[in-house]
Amino acid sequence: MLQYLIEKEFKQTFRNAFIPKLILAFPFMVLLVFPWATNQEIKNINVTVIDRDHSSWSKRLSEKLGASTYFNLVNYVNSNDEGMAVFEDGKTDMLLEIQPDFEKNLMNAGAADVMISANAVNIMKGGLGSGYMNAIVQDFANEIRAERIQTSGKTELPLIQVISQGRFNIFLDYKVFMIPALIVILMTLLCGFLPALNIVSEKEIGTIEQINVTPVKKISFILGKLIPYWTIGLFVFTLTLGLAALIYGLVPKGNLLTIYLSVLIYISTVSGLGLVISNYSSTLQQAMFVIFFFLIIFILISGLFTPIASMPQWAQIFTYFNPLRYFIEIMRMTFLKGSGFSDIWRQLAALGVWALALNGWALMSYRKRR
Amino acid sequence: METKNNSQLSILHSQLINKRYGDVQALKDISFEVGKGEIFGLIGPDGAGKTTLFRILTSLILADSGQATVDGLDVINDFRELRKRIGYMPGRFSLYQDLSVEENLNFYATVFNTTVEENYYLIRDIYKQIEPFKHRRAGKLSGGMKQKLALSCALIHKPTVLFLDEPTTGVDPVSRKEFWEMLKKLKAEGITIVVSTPYMDEAQQCDRIALIQHGKILSIETPEKIIAGFPEKLYQAHSENNYLLLLDLRKNPNVKSAFMSGEYLHIVFKSEADETIPNLKEIVPAIEDCFIYLMENGELRMEN
Repeated sequence: MLQYLIEKEFKQTFRNAFIPKLILAFPFMVLLVFPWATNQEIKNINVTVIDRDHSSWSKRLSEKLGASTYFNLVNYVNSNDEGMAVFEDGKTDMLLEIQPDFEKNLMNAGAADVMISANAVNIMKGGLGSGYMNAIVQDFANEIRAERIQTSGKTELPLIQVISQGRFNIFLDYKVFMIPALIVILMTLLCGFLPALNIVSEKEIGTIEQINVTPVKKISFILGKLIPYWTIGLFVFTLTLGLAALIYGLVPKGNLLTIYLSVLIYISTVSGLGLVISNYSSTLQQAMFVIFFFLIIFILISGLFTPIASMPQWAQIFTYFNPLRYFIEIMRMTFLKGSGFSDIWRQLAALGVWALALNGWALMSYRKRR
Repeated sequence: METKNNSQLSILHSQLINKRYGDVQALKDISFEVGKGEIFGLIGPDGAGKTTLFRILTSLILADSGQATVDGLDVINDFRELRKRIGYMPGRFSLYQDLSVEENLNFYATVFNTTVEENYYLIRDIYKQIEPFKHRRAGKLSGGMKQKLALSCALIHKPTVLFLDEPTTGVDPVSRKEFWEMLKKLKAEGITIVVSTPYMDEAQQCDRIALIQHGKILSIETPEKIIAGFPEKLYQAHSENNYLLLLDLRKNPNVKSAFMSGEYLHIVFKSEADETIPNLKEIVPAIEDCFIYLMENGELRMEN
């Protein structure tokens, strides 16, 4: 019996003009487009320098800025007013104001002020830009100090240089960080929400009525819906792993078996969520809206973009109720750190509990309908 | 009011079924029986509760109170076995629109653990008409063909009782006539048919009918007896402006009831017929007249 239901589901899915293409397009989007688009490194910040000193050192500082890949030196003006005008026109994101007597003060007093102003409408750009520029100015100061020590022969304050190294992702490549997490979103859509929408559309079209008067059992009906999407989900997952290795050389450091086991547990969790939603929705519109609601909240508090540790305490508590959070952690840990079963069992157990709870709920709410 | 069949011969029993949706009493104390091999019609306007009753009898929803058995099986406790034995064609086309005619039929056959070949003789006459389009997707069929496919799918497991919820709604008059002929053939095969329709003229095709209104059964009888039970003389009349005539008639103290029926006015007088009314003529009442009379007066004159 189940076999015919699955056969029918596959037939319908592949006959659909849109869904099979989307299923195939998704992994490519996840690999080729999203990692670049979700990049949070800020580059090409436009900077205008207000040079009121016109000394060789002030020039050297501006050149140093321009040489950085983070900044584009777009303008070079003489007064504060001119600088603000460029700022307000939106032609520049940041201002670096070098005070008069910059060189003289540095030579004589060993200290001089510069002022950095950043357009903080885009907080990310403003914040990171100020940070980068600060670092460059610091670097400049260190250079000057080092030169002066050499020429004067004085042994002043020893310089402390911090060298940072990105463990598990040496080049701090944003793509490597994003791909495992984006795969989670992909699985959520394919194995959680797609079957839910399918069931609701049977309700809306009324075909479920005709099925309900046949001897087909509820459990067969539900499995007949889920198994095709689980199959498709695992196929797409494998495809994505292959493509990630091929395109970015991103090969999971962890054991593939552990990864597939985690995927299976995750799939059953989100399927349960999808079933609960489908049980409570009678129209596609309703189901879609509920799905959007959950998807947006789940993504925002999953740690996909922003680290959970930097969320306020109450938001961190919310993340415990989010299956995405656990699977994103699992994926990043197994992919990048090569974590094994002993490192991720807590997350797996949490997913397992959610799988039981959601599927149990789905089963209970289904029975009530009869 | 209710005539009991010999219960040994009846295949469907319904006893005091009630169903309420919020403030609306969808069904109130519905009791009736259907004899084996009968074509039993549920006749009533939209919203009378016909579909709700069908959904209870086919085990899709639960009644608030009351009992029902179909083919000896309780609709609540024996629903699994029941579903193997009944065929149900919902009012709305409910087959898979993205599967072809043939695929739909095969799917429903396999779901019922049978094959198309096994019961092909039962659907042959119906299916033959859509067989030329068997590779066409069900969603692309015309209304009449969809209905034939739906009937084929509801029959493919050779049910003992066939439930048809408004099968002729939205179907052209020729196809409707054909459809009733098909039902008579199925009856000859020994299949009991419970059919609902809002069309009063189709009532005459049934062996017995139940007139249903606001969730209550007004009367259950053979169409002939229902017509014979019409207690008054019925007249028809018509003029250039039927609406004006109707208004006049309603003011006439001698007129007990007057209503439009197609291009004629149907009139019942309190005493003697008023011959001044244009084109007046005594007629034999139809089911519709009985239905309206029942709604207004509550009872027909039944002789058992």
